[in-house]
Amino acid sequence: MADHAAAEHHHYTTTGLDSRKIAIWAFIGSECMLFASLISTYLIYKGRSIVGPFPHEAWTNEAGHTFKAILDIPVTSVSTFVLLMSSLAMVLALQAVQLKGSPLPENAGWWTRAQRSSQLWLAMTALLGATFLGFQAYEFTSFVHEGLTIRTNLFGSSFFTLTGFHGAHVTVGVLWLMTLLFIDRKRGLGPKDELIVDIAALYWHFVDVVWIAIFTLVYLIR
Amino acid sequence: MSHDAKHDSAHGAHGAHAHPNGATYVKVGVILTLITVFEVWAYYVPALVASPFFNPGLIAMSALKFAIVVLFYMHLKYDHKLFKVLFTGPLVIAMCTITALLFLFRQLSITF
Repeated sequence: MADHAAAEHHHYTTTGLDSRKIAIWAFIGSECMLFASLISTYLIYKGRSIVGPFPHEAWTNEAGHTFKAILDIPVTSVSTFVLLMSSLAMVLALQAVQLKGSPLPENAGWWTRAQRSSQLWLAMTALLGATFLGFQAYEFTSFVHEGLTIRTNLFGSSFFTLTGFHGAHVTVGVLWLMTLLFIDRKRGLGPKDELIVDIAALYWHFVDVVWIAIFTLVYLIR
Repeated sequence: MSHDAKHDSAHGAHGAHAHPNGATYVKVGVILTLITVFEVWAYYVPALVASPFFNPGLIAMSALKFAIVVLFYMHLKYDHKLFKVLFTGPLVIAMCTITALLFLFRQLSITF
């Protein structure tokens, strides 16, 4: 009876696949379209700003004030690395949830034990995501201090809109991860919870792949 | 359908086959980091920046990183075909839209 109730709790479709997983992939597909529109807007406006600051070139205004190229590649490279590592931590969190309850080898080392700690990897993913947001807040603040706001020029408008939307997605992801961490601490996440962690992981990795595209198209390409 | 059969299909409900282990994930992370380091290094080499292959090369490396994360971390390599369709369909439309808009607004052009 209990088994029957548990089986009925799943959301199967006629494909035999769980509807929630189909939904997250459909959602990610729609998010591809959203970010495509934001990226194409940025690329269309690229190089069409009449006044600076510019992303890769220095600029002197009529008053003789010189603005340096505004993008800080070293800082953004570090934040990109942080986000990539958060994806690694997320996939290890999912693996830890899948491995919960399986017997641990007698001579298990620290790495084998660490791989089973979903709380460790969820906390690390959330922390790395929050660190990325800290880098973004620093970048936005320094840009405003250097004279670039969302209203300054086409570059500012399209840049802040694109990276701001991405930052909002990261913020949602961090809140989601902290919710999972709270549940894990409260009652423990196990193999039966694999799907809810998998869905959060798919969202998080998508946020990461969007940044991979943004980092190249906005920061590195001239 | 018996409960066992239904339970089996529940695991199949994720549409997933065996996933890689932790060591593979770490190796993938190292590869992603190395590609990123190479991209940033190339950005600071004037001869490479001046090359006509600079932008296409960066886009190719970015696409490689994108594919690695999607295939290994998002498990699309091991997942059900329907998930591949749900992701790659909109992705292809998105890339075609970006390309078409760039030609339309003359950020890209072909000269004959």
